[in-house]
Amino acid sequence: MSEISNQLENLSYKAQQIANEASQLASSVVDTSGGHSDFIIFGITVLVLACFVGYYVVWSVTPALHSPLMGVTNAISSVIIVGALLAAGPIDSTISKYFGLVAVGLAAVNIFGGFVVTNRMLSMFKKK
Amino acid sequence: MSNLTTAAYLISSVLFILSLRGLSHPSTARRGNFLGILGMTIAIVTTLANPGVLSYKEIGIAFLIGGLIGTSIAVRIQMTALPQLVAAFHSLVGLAAVFVAASAYYNPSAFNIGVVGAIPMGSLIEMSIGTAIGAVTFTGSIIAFGKLQGFVSGNPLVFKGQHFLNLLLGLGIIALIVKFCIDQNQELFWLIVAASFVIGVLLIVPIGGADMPVIVSMLNSYSGWAAAGIGFTLSNNLLIITGALVGSSGAILSYIMCKGMNRSFLNVLLGGFGGEQAASADGVKDDRQAKQGNASDAAFMMKNSKTIIIVPGYGMAVAQAQHALREMGDLLKAAGAEVRYAIHPVAGRMPGHMNVLLAEANVPYDEVLELDEINRDFSETDVAFVIGANDVTNPAAKTDKTSAIYGMPILDVENAGQVFFVKRGMASGYAGVQNELFFRDNTLMLFGDAKKVCEDIIKGLEN
Repeated sequence: MSEISNQLENLSYKAQQIANEASQLASSVVDTSGGHSDFIIFGITVLVLACFVGYYVVWSVTPALHSPLMGVTNAISSVIIVGALLAAGPIDSTISKYFGLVAVGLAAVNIFGGFVVTNRMLSMFKKK
Repeated sequence: MSNLTTAAYLISSVLFILSLRGLSHPSTARRGNFLGILGMTIAIVTTLANPGVLSYKEIGIAFLIGGLIGTSIAVRIQMTALPQLVAAFHSLVGLAAVFVAASAYYNPSAFNIGVVGAIPMGSLIEMSIGTAIGAVTFTGSIIAFGKLQGFVSGNPLVFKGQHFLNLLLGLGIIALIVKFCIDQNQELFWLIVAASFVIGVLLIVPIGGADMPVIVSMLNSYSGWAAAGIGFTLSNNLLIITGALVGSSGAILSYIMCKGMNRSFLNVLLGGFGGEQAASADGVKDDRQAKQGNASDAAFMMKNSKTIIIVPGYGMAVAQAQHALREMGDLLKAAGAEVRYAIHPVAGRMPGHMNVLLAEANVPYDEVLELDEINRDFSETDVAFVIGANDVTNPAAKTDKTSAIYGMPILDVENAGQVFFVKRGMASGYAGVQNELFFRDNTLMLFGDAKKVCEDIIKGLEN
């Protein structure tokens, strides 16, 4: 009897240990990806709502200004520079940093080019 | 991300929305552009204040070089070359997206998405999709740029098994993405980039020069989706919102262009339509004689008319005739005529292209009207002056069910008392369809370079 109860005790100890490990593992998974998988749903919500905003705003743009619209959207799509800046940010020289710096340069061409050319177009539109 | 940062990004997003909203009318448009600049400034400054961003010197240099290049191009570019400029700019957004994704892959901790070799699945999916869209945008835009600039032939390049090859490549990219998300292998990452580069080229080569307005809009849309994809990798709402705005804007413009040609989007994408010389090849030979006039006839007739509608097309842009055309319009107005301009939705090589060119020539925007606004007025108009346009005036689109352009909305110039066609020759338009109007009694052809013809008419009017 005592042998069985010993084994039982041993077993329950092991079960406890496995449970502990499992919960640790689970919490580490939550740490690395759990927060992010929450963002996917949140992000998709934002994306869908922003598409609706875009739909109504863009249909209200007068056809005469469709070229400037392309100029502006081209410039603001370079908001990707936010990612480029984060990538280029670290002080140490890594390949990842150089990729980031190139992206900063490319996005900057677009931001300046897009806004300047749009401004040029719009400054030409005059009333009678 | 701190609350302050999030709030600043939200302000940027709102400013971008208001910026597009400003374009609803020419009088508020410049303020709209300014709000866009403000939004971008806030976004950049906020990101620079991030504790992870330290290398200000290098960033400053990269930003300055890019800014100088962008500004000097934008200041110098001719307005006729706008479509290719926009295409070139789209390619840069695509390439930047590829570089940001690559950077995130090699140093995920800078973006808070785990460590090298242990990037969470969700981030990998977003990263690889963002990369693929960015890479397609890059090479696709370069081909579009080449076609518009004339580096690559504007003729559609079609070969057997083309669509099957594209399908195969597309499936291949999906397979690569799946494998990459499991293995996180760097060769796979670059294979995705390479395959997307190739498919970007293959998707655009079969599309003819005349369909470029749709393509430029579509690539505009892609560059937005690429930005949104990177937004997911960064868990950044600003990028997602902006990407969605740009994405839907490009999609709507593509839709408007397709509708302006009565073609489905798929039909445009499958390509093979609208090459530079598509017309003369299989155009039916016509023995009928069109009535040919000269500039002084036209000047005399227009001087004595009360109402004139000018219909400009891509030919006007090619000949840089907008300034001479406006001068002609001014003289006619001085002679007491009412002069207006009618713009077809697909005139030119990008949406709204004609409006910009006319604005450049100082034509007031309230004299420039869209198809829906002016089409009824042709029947009460003395003279329709068609310059560098053809297919968009062809009545066969309304009557001939067998015609390639059947169902396309057209400008009803045939209802005007007298029609002038300024053309280089008798060749048919991009659709390869003969224009019945050339042979009507009330049509007079004015052959020659659009700018030259306008200048000759101006001389005639001054005498």
